[in-house]
Amino acid sequence: MSDHASEHPYNHATPNDWKGYLGILIALLFLTIVTVAAAYYDFGEWSIIVAMVIATVKASLVALYFMHLRHDKPVNVIIFLSALLFLSFLLILCLIDVNSRVLPTPKNWKGPEPGLVSPAELNKPPAVPGAPAPAATPAPAGEAPAPAPAH
Amino acid sequence: MSTHSITVDGHGHDHGHGHHDPNLQHHFTEMEQQFDSAKLGMWLFLATEILMFGGLFVGFAMQQAKFPEAFQAAHHHLDRIMGAVNTVVLLISSFTMVMAVWAAQMGKRKALIVNLVITLACAATFLVVKFFEYSHKIHDGLLPGKFFSYAQGEPNEYIFFSFYFMMTGLHGIHVLMGMAGITWLLIRAIRGEFGPGYFTPVDLIGLFWHLIDLIWIYLFPLLYLIG
Repeated sequence: MSDHASEHPYNHATPNDWKGYLGILIALLFLTIVTVAAAYYDFGEWSIIVAMVIATVKASLVALYFMHLRHDKPVNVIIFLSALLFLSFLLILCLIDVNSRVLPTPKNWKGPEPGLVSPAELNKPPAVPGAPAPAATPAPAGEAPAPAPAH
Repeated sequence: MSTHSITVDGHGHDHGHGHHDPNLQHHFTEMEQQFDSAKLGMWLFLATEILMFGGLFVGFAMQQAKFPEAFQAAHHHLDRIMGAVNTVVLLISSFTMVMAVWAAQMGKRKALIVNLVITLACAATFLVVKFFEYSHKIHDGLLPGKFFSYAQGEPNEYIFFSFYFMMTGLHGIHVLMGMAGITWLLIRAIRGEFGPGYFTPVDLIGLFWHLIDLIWIYLFPLLYLIG
């Protein structure tokens, strides 16, 4: 243990810590090469899972060793994990929402792909009241009502 | 470690020095309590940071699920090599930051200064690479929202670039904030204010810097590799 430990109980440094940190850095760089290499192969739907698993391993190494969570007080670990827990609630509930929506676009719809308001739409000058209405194509039934362009 | 008892002998913080630690503020009993409180506060702040970036990640996931082809096409505009270089630069800076914390804990003033300088240099390199990436995208008209003027490609590619600029932009602002913090540490380190008994600011800025690294670890594959 450190010579400082008796004097400063919150100081857990030992003279050989740098070797461990160097090892973690090498592991992180290796995993970066792995994740870049993996991106050149097409795993289809699994690509995102492979990439996120590697990223999570890297993030865990950073959090456990560089951020000292492995030897930190439990309360700090709980704060960190609770942030991740609530983030996962947000993510999971939002994805359930998106994936369970029934989009009202008819199956034989041939118009433009429904999306958000396009940049071209946003850049149109605002309609002047009283001016003859542009030969507007009526909003296709089914498309989400587009918000007013001027905002 | 958490069971360290506070000796109540009229001088709760007296560890045989016979004097108050000049870094101990009056509302704390002893240095350990002050250190733990500061660290707890930093972790609470980092939790709010995770949730702030988390909102952007969730928005990205929702739009990615909705327009996978557009996101796939859009992410080919990003340069994987530049992204990978920046990842390596940030990982190295995270390593030198933790080395700086260790140097402060061990009382190695020179090593502390050297490591802080390398961390700053890595942060600056990251921003320079980012600058070249941004200027390339601005030149192509791949800007967020209504400023998007790239005519070819998939119809909804602009959504990807709104997320790209907001996420990397917010991250870049955090890199700048981290650089300001590290500069402050550097000035104090040169003055010799840190040592085995007092390294709290180095530790806390270090935590902030590692969080920036942590967020980039997820941003890089999501934006550059998968789309």
